[in-house]
Amino acid sequence: MNNFIKKIEQINFGLMSPEDIRNMSVVRIEAPDTYDEDGYPIEGGLMDPHLGVIDPSLKCRSCGYRGGECQGHFGSIELARPVIHVGFGDIIFKILRSTCNECGRVLLTDEEIEDYKQKIDEAKHHGVSLNNLLKEIYNVSRKDKCPHCGAEQGAITIDKPVSINQEIGPNEVYKLTPSEVRERLERITDEDSYILGVNPEVARPEWLVLTVLPVPPVTVRPSITLDTGERSEDDLTHKLVDILRINHRLIENMDAGAPQLIVEDLWELLQYHVTTYFDNEASGVPPARHRSGRPLKTLAQRLKGKEGRFRSNLSGKRVNFSARTVISPDPNISINEVGVPEMIAKEVTVPSYVTEWNIDEMRKYIENGPDIHPGANYVIRPDGRKVRVLDDTKEGILEKLDEFEQLPADDRHNFIVERHLKDGDMVLFNRQPSLHRMSMMAHEVRVLPYKTFRLNLCVCPPYNADFDGDEMNMHVFQTDESRAEAKSLMRVQEHILSPRFGGPIIGAIHDHISGAYILTRTGTDFDFETAMQIIRKSHLDIDNALVRIAKFKKENDEEMKGDDLSDTQLISYLLKLKEDVRITGKELFSLLLPENLNLNYRAEICNNCSQCEKEACQYDAYVVIKDGQLLSGAIDEKAYGSFSGKILDKIVKEYGADRAREFLDRSTDLAICGIMQNGITTSINDEEIPDEAQARITEHLDKAEAEVDKLITTYEEGFLEPLPGRSPEETLEMKIMQVLGEARDGSGSIAENYLKMDEYEDGRRKYLPNYSVIMARTGARASMLNLTQITACVGQQAIRGDRIKRGYIDRALPHFKKNELGAKAKGFVHSSYKHGLDPIEFFFHAMGGREGLVDTAIRTAQSGYMQRRLVNALQDLQVKPSGLVTDNQGMVIQNMFGEDGVDPAKSDFGKAADLDKIIDEMRLKDDVDNESLVKADGGN
Amino acid sequence: MSKIDILEHKLVPNHELMTDSEIEEELGDADFEIENLPKIKIDDPVVEDMQSRDINVKEGNILRITRDSQTAGTFVTYRIVEE
Repeated sequence: MNNFIKKIEQINFGLMSPEDIRNMSVVRIEAPDTYDEDGYPIEGGLMDPHLGVIDPSLKCRSCGYRGGECQGHFGSIELARPVIHVGFGDIIFKILRSTCNECGRVLLTDEEIEDYKQKIDEAKHHGVSLNNLLKEIYNVSRKDKCPHCGAEQGAITIDKPVSINQEIGPNEVYKLTPSEVRERLERITDEDSYILGVNPEVARPEWLVLTVLPVPPVTVRPSITLDTGERSEDDLTHKLVDILRINHRLIENMDAGAPQLIVEDLWELLQYHVTTYFDNEASGVPPARHRSGRPLKTLAQRLKGKEGRFRSNLSGKRVNFSARTVISPDPNISINEVGVPEMIAKEVTVPSYVTEWNIDEMRKYIENGPDIHPGANYVIRPDGRKVRVLDDTKEGILEKLDEFEQLPADDRHNFIVERHLKDGDMVLFNRQPSLHRMSMMAHEVRVLPYKTFRLNLCVCPPYNADFDGDEMNMHVFQTDESRAEAKSLMRVQEHILSPRFGGPIIGAIHDHISGAYILTRTGTDFDFETAMQIIRKSHLDIDNALVRIAKFKKENDEEMKGDDLSDTQLISYLLKLKEDVRITGKELFSLLLPENLNLNYRAEICNNCSQCEKEACQYDAYVVIKDGQLLSGAIDEKAYGSFSGKILDKIVKEYGADRAREFLDRSTDLAICGIMQNGITTSINDEEIPDEAQARITEHLDKAEAEVDKLITTYEEGFLEPLPGRSPEETLEMKIMQVLGEARDGSGSIAENYLKMDEYEDGRRKYLPNYSVIMARTGARASMLNLTQITACVGQQAIRGDRIKRGYIDRALPHFKKNELGAKAKGFVHSSYKHGLDPIEFFFHAMGGREGLVDTAIRTAQSGYMQRRLVNALQDLQVKPSGLVTDNQGMVIQNMFGEDGVDPAKSDFGKAADLDKIIDEMRLKDDVDNESLVKADGGN
Repeated sequence: MSKIDILEHKLVPNHELMTDSEIEEELGDADFEIENLPKIKIDDPVVEDMQSRDINVKEGNILRITRDSQTAGTFVTYRIVEE
């Protein structure tokens, strides 16, 4: 039935005439009731069986189809008196204002009419919007005197949303009844209505005033039967009952010849009910309420806003074959994978066509049924019948499958098994809010026990996920085309580089970084046995690892250096050394690198010394990778962290996504092994500094405070020189802020001098490493600012960028004098977190902290709306192969994408090319080539 | 006070009227319809200024705009003069 395709060529919008409404109506509704005592719908009531049926066991009285097939039919209510449609109040007002009160002609001269008619025709012909033109017409046609009959025009005003008034004298207005409004609209000629933007082919102005009300079918407003057997009606039905009741009373009163006043009151009430029936949130109209006090959800509310039909049901549909659960980390699976709980794997299915190559596998799935894991839930037979796999149906299905197998090859089509999700299937994985394309990526399934989705930690940054209770969604592809497309375009490894800044967004975080640092810093080495264990645990190829380590060792061996050895020779050379060889962490990490990688850069831990020692850096901060060997420097965030990983960046760009995925998977394994060999811990002792340092900090802060006091004295004496464009007060504030900022920074750097990652004396480690500092300096987590705030001084608290001044009159807290300007009085916190804040400092700190919270809350709402507008504006743009950017109309937006035609994801951190970097690497490569040349010569 | 010469202003990029041969050369093989280029109004101050310098800009003409670009250094774009 639904198999033919129709193409919509055009849509016409118009108004429904009372006649249209009557013709469309299958029954005239008069009874303001739904069901009788026996629970049967009343004829001529709001649930009249002619309006369609919902219950599949009943037949529709109008079309004869059963419930579910019958899409419902409209009825109608004849209104006793006309009523203005809320949606059109403003248009009616504008039309009345632009037409003569006497003769009904539009208030334009004949020439103007001719001119505008032509302009409208032209605009329609070119498909240009009429909005601006009509606005102009409505403006021009506001005249005091009719150009046609010469009648003076009394001003017309509108009382939103539906009351239209006419001025009949100075400060005297007459409220036009809807009947009068309708009469005036009837007088407008077709030609004039065309000028006013009402196309007489599809609408007449008087149709803006309702005389007949369409009654939507019951399918639109189904009644719900509660568990108690009680019927509960839809809000729309309630509203229609109200309308019918008032309509009835109005008719009765009119027939009985009731006084004008009573009729008008009822009429007003009818207008109110019809208004709220359409829109229960119209301004100036009190919303109609349910008995419980809840406002009714009427027609406009069904469509409007985020929860409305458009945004919630049409743009955002719910889908099948999806799953949602809590996420948790699993460093042992690849970044390309996602761990799927068996429970989910048994619920969502993949439709698989049975072929001669997979028929045995499929048979197995059917035999397993829906409850044993690699099983099947449904089977679609070649005849199109969908059969659930159950213990009862299994036999029959297997028979059918055997019959299918016996068919000649050419007839074996369309036997589909909806099998369980299994390892290796492609699924789409998503975390809301989906702010960028990396929020939805294709993963490979790994069916795992327990009930959470498992994901590799490297993909946390693109999803912005953590494991404090986050949930994520999974969607299963249902066609081979979608699967293939997702595999080539949406796989995680294809998204390592972010189009936002041209660097890796997927990369190591937290323990991966501190782990790699601990493993690769100078001084970490292992005996042969432990090294082999680490290699094994990192899933590296042992033979290849042995060969490469042997090569590294050979280079340092004076006797062997020049020799050219085969792989087996190399391994036996290494095994000979076995007992007394130490394998460094740097050598272990080198095993992950491509063999011809050349790179150097300054690590995250770089101190930015004024004179860079390069390779000789005593802090291990200058990384040199030559021919795939990490020669100096330690691995930290700059190496393979998300957002900044240089090695990772180079591997993706030069060796491709596959190699990069391999690198990430293995390096995270290795880093975890590294951190487990050593262990990592931190305590409050890591933020301990000697008394002498504490004394220096106190002295430093006292000095700053004295300086602030001096500034205040200067200001009070009137000697403070104002900065250009600033008042003396502002100048003082700025200077104090500056002094206090420096005070905090200064105390911080004093503390930093004592917070070292490690300290050595005569080549021996003085203390245990300070892991807090290691984490902060390598970029694994936290920052030195956090640490110095714990150790030394928290610093100035600010609200809106200024020192805290709110609270009491002329002072922040009653503990201070009015207008006190000192550091302490305006929120400078001298104490450190470790030492503890005094009550006043604590209060200021809470004030500053509150601002931060409020800001983040506001920012998410604001940026969400900003993003929505941006997406709506840009969603139809396309980039042609030539770099041309057009919209969906073919209009040129840019003749070269981004003006330079560069894909930011493939750029070098936003630049098309980084020449310095390229030259540096060429130099390294040159060194390598020269060495091998020399070697080759030596060999001859 | 003398009127500011907007064409000389540093924030106003360089506008040039294109000849037919230039159009053919630069946009002849473009993969879009010429009418789909971005528009510039004939009463745009830049166009009016050009006219006052006896550059005969008419409806349907194409202006070549050469402007500084953050990404590409300089960037050439085109606008078609309308109404």
